[in-house]
Amino acid sequence: MGLPSGTFNQGYAQDMAIFRTRTQWVMLFAFLILLFACPLFFGDRILTVLTIIGISIISVHGLNILTGYCNQISMGHAGFMAVGAYTSALLTAKLDFSFWAALPCAALAAGIVGIIFGLPSLRVKGFYLIMATVAAHFIIIWVILQLYGVTGGADGMAVPRPEIGGFVFKSKASYFYLVMAIACLGTFFAKNIVRTRAGRAFIAIRDNELAAEVMGVNLWTYKLQAFFIGCVYAGVAGSLLVHYVAFATTDQFPFMNSVWYLGMLIVGGMGSTMGVIFGAVSLKLLDELVTVVGPILAAAVSPQAASSLGLIMRGLVILLFLIFEPRGLAHRWQMVKSYYRLWPFSH
Amino acid sequence: MTFFLQLMVSGFALGMVYTLIAIGFVIILKCSKAFNIAQGHFVMIGGYLGFTFLVTFHLPVWASLLAAVAVAIIMGLLIERLTLRPMVGQPVLAVIMMTIALSVVLEGLATLVWGGEYKTYHGVLPTITLKVGELSIPPETLIGVIVSIIVVIILMLFFRYTRSGLAMMATAEDEQVVQSAGIKVTTVYALSWVIACIVGVIGGIILGGVSGVMIPLANVGMKAFAVVLLGGVNSIGGAIVAGIMLGVLENVAAGYLDPLLPGGGLANVFPFVVMIIVLIFRPHGLFGLVEIERI
Repeated sequence: MGLPSGTFNQGYAQDMAIFRTRTQWVMLFAFLILLFACPLFFGDRILTVLTIIGISIISVHGLNILTGYCNQISMGHAGFMAVGAYTSALLTAKLDFSFWAALPCAALAAGIVGIIFGLPSLRVKGFYLIMATVAAHFIIIWVILQLYGVTGGADGMAVPRPEIGGFVFKSKASYFYLVMAIACLGTFFAKNIVRTRAGRAFIAIRDNELAAEVMGVNLWTYKLQAFFIGCVYAGVAGSLLVHYVAFATTDQFPFMNSVWYLGMLIVGGMGSTMGVIFGAVSLKLLDELVTVVGPILAAAVSPQAASSLGLIMRGLVILLFLIFEPRGLAHRWQMVKSYYRLWPFSH
Repeated sequence: MTFFLQLMVSGFALGMVYTLIAIGFVIILKCSKAFNIAQGHFVMIGGYLGFTFLVTFHLPVWASLLAAVAVAIIMGLLIERLTLRPMVGQPVLAVIMMTIALSVVLEGLATLVWGGEYKTYHGVLPTITLKVGELSIPPETLIGVIVSIIVVIILMLFFRYTRSGLAMMATAEDEQVVQSAGIKVTTVYALSWVIACIVGVIGGIILGGVSGVMIPLANVGMKAFAVVLLGGVNSIGGAIVAGIMLGVLENVAAGYLDPLLPGGGLANVFPFVVMIIVLIFRPHGLFGLVEIERI
């Protein structure tokens, strides 16, 4: 399954390899080179879009581990991002930490908050867990707004750009490199986390919680682990986001973002590392399409039509994917791959 | 003391509207096991419909209510047939995402049709003024309470005595048995969505009369979820009790604690704190059934 014609696995190492053939390695490096060459070809506007896509990918990887693999549906992901964002912002702006020390702290803080709000997952699931995470989002944002003296409340706070040895990540291109490097690392870890013992436990929990427990999977440990890992990703993404904007407000983490992250998972395909990337890229590109078409529509039809366009488009995309391709773009991609691998034979 | 009683009374009035919205949610959940995140958006659409019929078209109140209910029926049927029917038998997340996508589309449509602006029709709805001692009950809240109570009673009678109501209750028990008894389950699903839409739209008209309509009115759905969780997801009686409890608690807590907190806005997070506490300590709510799971 999934191997090119004529390739056979002859050992454990070959069986476990993510990149199995030389062609796959070549394509990986070609992709990485093209990705990191982007600043040479594109202007600041496209780089901004790509950077935001990178940050979304990091965040959605976390959500994918939590929701796609472990089936603990979280609708408070933006809230957990806010935790990471504010931790990192406070450490760098108020306590003069360097970004590189603040980033792991942000990840850890988000992870711990994730564990706290993951506690209901030990007793409830499905809709109830969604409500618990929705509650987590609103409580986190409320607490941030309450701590006026520390976080600046609704006014927000300025955040310095990261620097390393005197070099400040000030230009769009340099920040693009930073985000993409972390996104690539994040993808690598996400792909491998689900192949470990913990990852297999997550999948067992997803497929049948009771059966997993009977088989000896400790639900308590692994569900909280899934929350921790998922929220660590969210924390990193949140931290990267506020350092990119150089300003932290709660408006950067609206509740609807949590919903869009789940939407990205649906569009891309749940429980697939590739799906995360497909989902994040396609929904963000849809946003860009809306920002391009919006003004034209506003001039041609009415400003109301333009402002409603984004909502209706995004809603419809998720709606149509749920009806016609619930397994997402990743599944389509697999179908295309198996088709061209076997071509010209049908099976 | 007067302050406390005043808070209690306005909390009760608010709680009745929460109850009304929560009931729509419980009906859909009981019949088709779908968690309807868009319930708050039905309320928002209801508020805008009230504005359109009462202010733009200058219809009398009874005609506006009828027209809004007619729109709600069409909306419910369309939503059920087009979006929820393909989701039968799908995992929980798919159904929930579907209702979220639905809520986003509804929000977009509201922006398209009404411009997403703040609309108000204060003073158009009939009012009853009531004063008990030093307590004054805001007139439009009172009419809201009365309408809510009437709708709740009608619903309870509907479920108790009519054929379709009994069919819905039976479907909630067991879909397969109901099918073999000759009841069309898809019709029951459609009916549950229609009722939820009607209830939401009526709640929206009441809330719109009290505080005006805008897109964030849909957030009232979130509070209705807290009510539902507190009362137990599959209990209509629980929704009534929890709705009133939450309305009163929220108002009293906000009235006493808000001056002590710098940022304020406790009323907005209060339902969520309740949610978390309920989910940790009593996941099936006050009156809900404890689910027994088998492999």
